[in-house]
Amino acid sequence: MKSSESSSIGNMKALILVGGYGTRLRPLTLFRPKPLVEFANKPILVHQLDALVAAGVTQVGITLIFSHETEPLGTAGPLALAREILSSNPEPFFVLNADITCEFPFKEMVQFHKGHGKEGTIVVTRVEEPSKYGVVVCAEDGMIQRFVEKPQEFVSNKINAGMYIFNPSILDRIEVKPTSIEKEIFPAMADSGNLYAFELQGYWMDIGQPKDFLVGMCLHLTSLKAKGAKLATGDGIVGNVLVIGPNCRIGPNVTIGPDVIIEEGVCIKRSTIMKGSKIKSHSWLDSSIVGWNCVIGKWVRMENVTVLGEDVIVSDEVYINGGKVLPHKAISASVPEPQIIM
Amino acid sequence: MEDPNGNAIIKAVILIGGPQKGTRFRPLSLDVPKPLTPVAGYPLVQHLIESCIHVPSVKEVLILGYYPADEITPFISEIGPLYSSIKIRYLQEYTRLGTAGGIYHFRDQIRAGLSNTSCFILINGDVCGDFPLSEMLEFHSIKRDIPALLTVLATEATRQQSSNSNFGCIVEDKNSHRITHYVEKPETFVSTLINCGVYICSLDLFPCISKIFSQRQANYYAGEIQDNNGDCWESIALEKDIITPSVGNTGCVYVYRSNRMWSQVKTAGSAIYANRHYLALYRERQPERLANSRCKTRNTPCKIIGDVFIHQTAQIDPTCVIGPNVSIGKNVVVGPGVRIKESIILGDSVIQDHSLVMYTIVGWNGMIGKWTRVEGTPCDPNPNKPFAKMDNVPLFNDEGKLNPSITILGCHVRVPSEVVVLNSIVLPYKELSRSFSNEIIL
Repeated sequence: MKSSESSSIGNMKALILVGGYGTRLRPLTLFRPKPLVEFANKPILVHQLDALVAAGVTQVGITLIFSHETEPLGTAGPLALAREILSSNPEPFFVLNADITCEFPFKEMVQFHKGHGKEGTIVVTRVEEPSKYGVVVCAEDGMIQRFVEKPQEFVSNKINAGMYIFNPSILDRIEVKPTSIEKEIFPAMADSGNLYAFELQGYWMDIGQPKDFLVGMCLHLTSLKAKGAKLATGDGIVGNVLVIGPNCRIGPNVTIGPDVIIEEGVCIKRSTIMKGSKIKSHSWLDSSIVGWNCVIGKWVRMENVTVLGEDVIVSDEVYINGGKVLPHKAISASVPEPQIIM
Repeated sequence: MEDPNGNAIIKAVILIGGPQKGTRFRPLSLDVPKPLTPVAGYPLVQHLIESCIHVPSVKEVLILGYYPADEITPFISEIGPLYSSIKIRYLQEYTRLGTAGGIYHFRDQIRAGLSNTSCFILINGDVCGDFPLSEMLEFHSIKRDIPALLTVLATEATRQQSSNSNFGCIVEDKNSHRITHYVEKPETFVSTLINCGVYICSLDLFPCISKIFSQRQANYYAGEIQDNNGDCWESIALEKDIITPSVGNTGCVYVYRSNRMWSQVKTAGSAIYANRHYLALYRERQPERLANSRCKTRNTPCKIIGDVFIHQTAQIDPTCVIGPNVSIGKNVVVGPGVRIKESIILGDSVIQDHSLVMYTIVGWNGMIGKWTRVEGTPCDPNPNKPFAKMDNVPLFNDEGKLNPSITILGCHVRVPSEVVVLNSIVLPYKELSRSFSNEIIL
């Protein structure tokens, strides 16, 4: 006998909104869709799929929205497109933004949503500087009272975390014309007391930009460790085939993809090394993202959110400070100031 | 007097100036007199001494300057035994006497033991190079209608560099090599032939200076001249006061041309250039001074690229890669996996694991942490322009920004692990706590 809760989540569907061209994460996303870029060694999309599967969700729709990146957190359009599928049963469904990382508490979200019994639940997260965002003002029970864009004075420190549960009835609120769910639908739902805020525990980060991608990675790894996940310690094997030479210092907060070779005396901190890359001896990397199949020479220094696209070759002894290097480039001279290398 | 082979004995005089000079060599010259700064493993002035010693008839080298004697004499006593065939002495001027004033003041010491027809070598201490002194002496002694008073070593510079007030410019008579026109540091173009600051002087020079001295003295007593700019009235410049008036068709100043290695050593940046060229000279003439990767018996089991000097007391890890054009001083310790190129590492410094040092001078007792990058920008002469010389670039450009230059760490500077120091000048005893680029760090 299944419990009523798990059987109902089993019937739930999820719609994942993956952004358009992912321009903010370039050069990683120049030739590769953002959802397939590995975050902590797993494609961004797969983190959510895994969490949904773990929560018992059976059907997931993925939609691509080509929107202006100034409004990263989705629009209502895809919901209208998926109307038939989403309204095929009366169960509520998930709508998830693909660009975020957190612990994905889907079961708890469902519990909360069913607990208040209204039309929609928005996951909110606390931020330190709410004035940079649109904030959500809600009552103690979570009922949302209003939304305030970039508040000058403190009204709330909770912001929309980009994860929602809706009853199919929300679809009646959406017309076929382009609609911003955040700006048009949510305020109307809040006015009628139909929208509740579920406060996220633990970490949250929008990983749509390289700088935040690295912050998110650190948070993700810290959370994995806190949950008792076995992270690599010392010289060892991470991923499929990883060679780490002697006298290296890897970490803290580093993810290394499969088939990566790290030679002797390399120091890597707060960075992601994607599949198939090679870091030669005595190099030093901090706060950098090395794309797929790159080769980093000896005594190279990379820092300050340097991002290398696929198949970038960096010569020995080069210094890259905050460079964004497009795929298939060979870098033979230092880049001492942040810039884009076409 | 003659040496046992019957050659007339000659002397060499090296002018090293004093503490008020060499300020562009800071921060290194804050701690050690500029002439004693090692380049290619040996103090700048020692290279000049050695170039004189290669001339067989030189029996004495006199070093003239106004540094306090206790700053220079320990060095003289240290190197004296190395050159047993000659005497080396430091003669201290009581004040800044100028290039001709200094030799005039010590004329008796210079003349002593020389025959009246003899001559002496005179070298300005702020140049470096491969001077053809024997050839110059031979040229100087050629029998002429008007015997040579002075022979000036000259080299070719670019048109642009010779007209921006850096050099003394020479016009010669192509057949006799007599100097027909001389201008010290002209602001417009005069000639691409420039004075190298290396001379052969006849003893007849002293009566010439004496005339000027007496004239000055008379004027001084008549109240017509005052001391100015800290230069006393006795200060006499060889270039302006002697050469300029003595040239012309009936003059007695000759020029000897050479296109061998030569450079001014004014800024610390030029020390990197001088380092490279002296190392190249070792390769040609004293290869035993160079570290050699094929020679495992010396203390160089690590990979050596190009010309490298490593002091025998330095400890270099076998996993290092050193070169080209690196000099490593006494008791320096270099940890595993370190890369050094185009740099001078002065005595008692420590460079820890995996760090990279390029186009940098690390002062005495420097400390560089692990995975640190210390890098400068070379300011070498343009290799694509024939005869281009080292530019003495000012520290700041027209917009008030620091011109990219080699990185210089003063003595006892500590650079922590994992930072980058780029195109910066760090004054002595500074403990850095973060990365720096394009800064002077007080």
